[in-house]
Amino acid sequence: MIDLYADTLLLVASTIRTATPLVLAGLAGLCAERAGVVDIGLEGKMLGAAFAAATAAAVTGSAWVGLGAGLATSLVLALLHAYVSITQRGNQIVSGMAINIVIAGLAPTLAGAWFHQGGQTPLLSGGARFTEINLPFAESLASVPVIGPLYSEVISGHNIITYMTVAIVPLVAWMLYRTRFGLRLRAVGENPEAVDTAGISVAKLRYQAMAIAGLLCGLSGVVLSTGLGAGFIRDMSAGKGYLALAAMIFGRWKPVPTLLACLLFGFVDALQGRLQGVALPLIGEIPVQFTIMLPYVLTVLILAGFAGRMVAPKASGIPYEKDH
Amino acid sequence: MAAARKLPFWADNILLPALNLLAAFVVSGIVIWALGDNPFQALSLLVQGAFGYQEAIGYTLYYATNFIFTGLAVSIAYHAGLFNIGGEGQAMVGGVGLTLGVFAFGPHAPLLGVFAGIVGAALFGAIWAFIPAWLQARRGAHIVITTIMFNFIASALLAYLLVGPLHRPGGQMPESADFPAGTALIHIHDLLGMMGISYDNNPMNISFLIALLCAWGMGFLLWRTRFGYELRVVGKSAGAARFAGVSVSRMTIIAMMISGALAGLMGLNELLGEQHRLLANFTLGYGFVGIAVAFMGRNKPLGIILAAILFGALYQGGTEVAFDIPNFSRDAVVMVQGLVILFAGAMEHLFRDPISLLFWRFAERKAA
Amino acid sequence: MSNPEFAIETRALTKRFGDVVANDSVCLKVRAGTVHGIVGENGAGKSTLLKMLFGFYQPDEGEVVVDRTAHTFADPSAAMKTGIGMVHQHFMLVEPFTVLDNIILGAEGSAKLEDARATARGALAALERQFGFNLPLDTVVEELPVGVKQRVEILKALYRGAEILVLDEPTAVLTPQESEQLFALVRQLRAEGKTVLFVTHKLHEIMAVTDDVTVMRAGKIVAERKTAETSTGELAELMVGAKVAREKTREAHGERVIRLSLKNVSANNDQGVRALKAVSLDVHDGEVLGVAGVAGNGQTELMEVITGLRQVAAGSVEFDNVVIASPDVATNPITLRRMGMAHVAEDRLKTGVVESFSAEDNAMLGYQREPDFSHRGILKLKALAETAKRYFESQDVRPRNPKLAISSFSGGNQQKLVIAREIARDPQLMIIGQPTRGVDIGAVTKIHDQITELRNAGKALLVVSADLDELLAISDRIAVMCEGELVGIVAVEDADEKTLGLMMAGEKRRAS
Repeated sequence: MIDLYADTLLLVASTIRTATPLVLAGLAGLCAERAGVVDIGLEGKMLGAAFAAATAAAVTGSAWVGLGAGLATSLVLALLHAYVSITQRGNQIVSGMAINIVIAGLAPTLAGAWFHQGGQTPLLSGGARFTEINLPFAESLASVPVIGPLYSEVISGHNIITYMTVAIVPLVAWMLYRTRFGLRLRAVGENPEAVDTAGISVAKLRYQAMAIAGLLCGLSGVVLSTGLGAGFIRDMSAGKGYLALAAMIFGRWKPVPTLLACLLFGFVDALQGRLQGVALPLIGEIPVQFTIMLPYVLTVLILAGFAGRMVAPKASGIPYEKDH
Repeated sequence: MAAARKLPFWADNILLPALNLLAAFVVSGIVIWALGDNPFQALSLLVQGAFGYQEAIGYTLYYATNFIFTGLAVSIAYHAGLFNIGGEGQAMVGGVGLTLGVFAFGPHAPLLGVFAGIVGAALFGAIWAFIPAWLQARRGAHIVITTIMFNFIASALLAYLLVGPLHRPGGQMPESADFPAGTALIHIHDLLGMMGISYDNNPMNISFLIALLCAWGMGFLLWRTRFGYELRVVGKSAGAARFAGVSVSRMTIIAMMISGALAGLMGLNELLGEQHRLLANFTLGYGFVGIAVAFMGRNKPLGIILAAILFGALYQGGTEVAFDIPNFSRDAVVMVQGLVILFAGAMEHLFRDPISLLFWRFAERKAA
Repeated sequence: MSNPEFAIETRALTKRFGDVVANDSVCLKVRAGTVHGIVGENGAGKSTLLKMLFGFYQPDEGEVVVDRTAHTFADPSAAMKTGIGMVHQHFMLVEPFTVLDNIILGAEGSAKLEDARATARGALAALERQFGFNLPLDTVVEELPVGVKQRVEILKALYRGAEILVLDEPTAVLTPQESEQLFALVRQLRAEGKTVLFVTHKLHEIMAVTDDVTVMRAGKIVAERKTAETSTGELAELMVGAKVAREKTREAHGERVIRLSLKNVSANNDQGVRALKAVSLDVHDGEVLGVAGVAGNGQTELMEVITGLRQVAAGSVEFDNVVIASPDVATNPITLRRMGMAHVAEDRLKTGVVESFSAEDNAMLGYQREPDFSHRGILKLKALAETAKRYFESQDVRPRNPKLAISSFSGGNQQKLVIAREIARDPQLMIIGQPTRGVDIGAVTKIHDQITELRNAGKALLVVSADLDELLAISDRIAVMCEGELVGIVAVEDADEKTLGLMMAGEKRRAS
């Protein structure tokens, strides 16, 4: 019984860890799509930010400088996507895919040229990483039954970005639903003409939304390479950007449901980690390749099972043109 | 409104793609320069490596074959209004079908093995595309996301098969046993040799001709047949399609299956033509580049062939550059491809509007 | 501040789109505190003028004078600041938002929504009292009827301090009764000192509500009149530029053969909501059955169940005594065409044609499987080109080039091509939706004549239209729909705008 409880706590803790980048990227996708821009380039932004953060942290030894570099990189990429989608009225899916491919090639190229470690950055340690923070009394309380382990395992012991994420979710929700900016952002994703005739610039609003998306997505990349991992490795985003997009759809373009969907994905990811090499009753040991598939299969099932009930922002993915 | 004016054919189909390509090269050049290398040297190495000698040309067309298949795959789905980003996964699963076909019949009759491999590749690719298509048509699951997910699933599946059931007995690498002797597509240089023309050895094989045939077939299907007409109606307007008595969901599924089959055929070139065994991740991003090939080729067969040769040259030339310029790795080639997709696929207005304006002004002056 | 004579004045306003001069040196003068009408047929340049007045387009030449100051509005907010408020034909509302959020959008004042909403509530209460509104501020807009949405738009403009209200085709989506209420509101606005610019193509509305009227044709102002000193006849002539003379040749009914019969037909819309409720009606040979109703009251679904585009949930549709649609029967549109049914789709650009295809390719849409156009799956491109050429000649479609994209033809010419395609096979039954929507007046007459000709030739026609005048001109009987139900069917001799209007609002009337 105690073992089971401890196991569950460990699973919950690792769910929170793996969900962190998903939540941040999911919120990024949400801000973009609520404003009417489909951002399939989350993956590339995440990878780019992860690389920039790891590089800056490796060079300066400071995770915070890494954070700045990661945010800046993702912001630039988001604005590039914004330029293509809003100003150039290009195909948003092609643009997103292109950014993903460019970064998948550029990041290891630069890493190879600068660090000569086969497309990786050096291993980060100490101040160059956002390490786990032990909250006060975590150790002394650990022995208290039930609550102790909950506090020390689940609530304490995450990196700072995870704690920031806990604050960011309500912040994004507040921005969307309680501020003037949020009202306009939601309006521009539904009916850009209404916003335009109300005397607000559609393009400016969408650029702003993309900038926010860039920063959020940047943070998710930063946590990948300097929080959860200890450096940049090739393709380390491993489809998380796409999963976040799916979670956002599952969360019906709303912050809290998106958070829950990301936690579900995080849980499946944590579970698949635990399942590796474990022999299950009846089935036996599941080959690692199949456990890796789990989140992707789940995504497909969710989209297939609930898709009919999901209504995207009406103008999402459609470039705004004045002349009809 | 000036942009609404139609450009002359050559400007639309040659000048604009060339300008987009140039822009992608300029950005790539800046990256190379930033890495401390000489972009012009890289460019000259690239051209030399792609077209400079017989073997190079063979390699270029060999890679181009892959891109023709994946470009056609993206294109036919696009004509039906669908975004198939799953070419990569469909090619992988097509490779599995090819391998199964080859091993089922090849040991007894090599020629039959080849045919079974071709059918297996197309069939398995089509099946892998069928699932997302069905989910889109019947359940409304967004095809862009599901096809991406199916790429990941295919990749894991392939990895499993290559260390499990299809693993080469006693082998270390994640790959299958060699195909039975004789189950292979003939090389072009061998073909030329039979005709008495000597040509340096290279991996180009008759799947290049099969790819050209597929391109012609797609053109015929789309613009000369009733089915193609109905497919294009579905792609342009779901409302008009229903009005015309065409089932949108049925067409979605058929178009995606043709698309998947074309992507699956990529294995002909890579596996049946050259590697003669199934390898993990043999698709190397060709499926994604197909998106750029289709867009640059304006979704027309001839355009796709030309764009595929361009990407083939980029690939082959890039590999040569990587030999001489250490900082310019395979990854850098991927980056250049991404930039070409960005400029040619997503930013086509970048030059279109100014060029249209220019043409308009010119026409006005002439009229005045 | 002294009261200027003109609330708004334009000086030689000109706007070009490529080669087309949409507005040619337009000098409009609107007296302050009046209701000023602008009439003109489709494409006369009314919308372009309005968009410039509102800063949505920028003029190539000329300027707008408001309050004695010349302006060139860079964007809508610049126009709004001078007190111009626009109520667009297609409402500029965010459907999932509440009325209140829609009204404050772009004029929130405070960065915190809560404060912005609270401030707005106070100001709106005063405005509502002044002008006699009573709007449900906390209701989501998509749940409101069209007439109420329009009031939201007007209140939105007033909230932004509009002194000059521009109403673009405001009655297009209203029942006659709702239109009356709108007119009352317009008079109220004038009484409170506002200036109203009322744009329409319906002449009786001009007569009913305006003080002055400006007539536009082909991008120019062709006349200015005091409403009291003109007549609908004069205005119509000015609009078209020639005397309008039409007479109907209507022959007596022949044998009353029932060609199409609906028996208690129900169907759901795309959202799964019952949109058609137990509708029963017959269409006979040699008659035009008009279907009237405010847009969105089941007319679209009615046409769709007949033409094989929508599954029937209950009841049955019989064509030539064959059940073509019921809960267990669905017939493909291709089969229906072969049985002799033709369909002119109400939403031409979304359904009736493929916008990006050439006129030629559109000439076989729906008939692509007929032996004229394909043989064993291979298209007969030469035969198609000849057929398209024939259609162009028979209907006088211009420009005479079937290779052009259909989108480069005017609405009227598109519709002519569609009609040529649909009558080519001599169908016995025609289902026609909005026959003259977006069609210029010259073509309207021709299309109406054609419908009458088909009727006189003994065909059965069902025509759905939002334009009551049109239905009164071409129908033998008019069926009225409201909220998915058939309110009743009246013979055209017994029908007028008022009775139809009441029925459109849902008032029951026994079928005659």
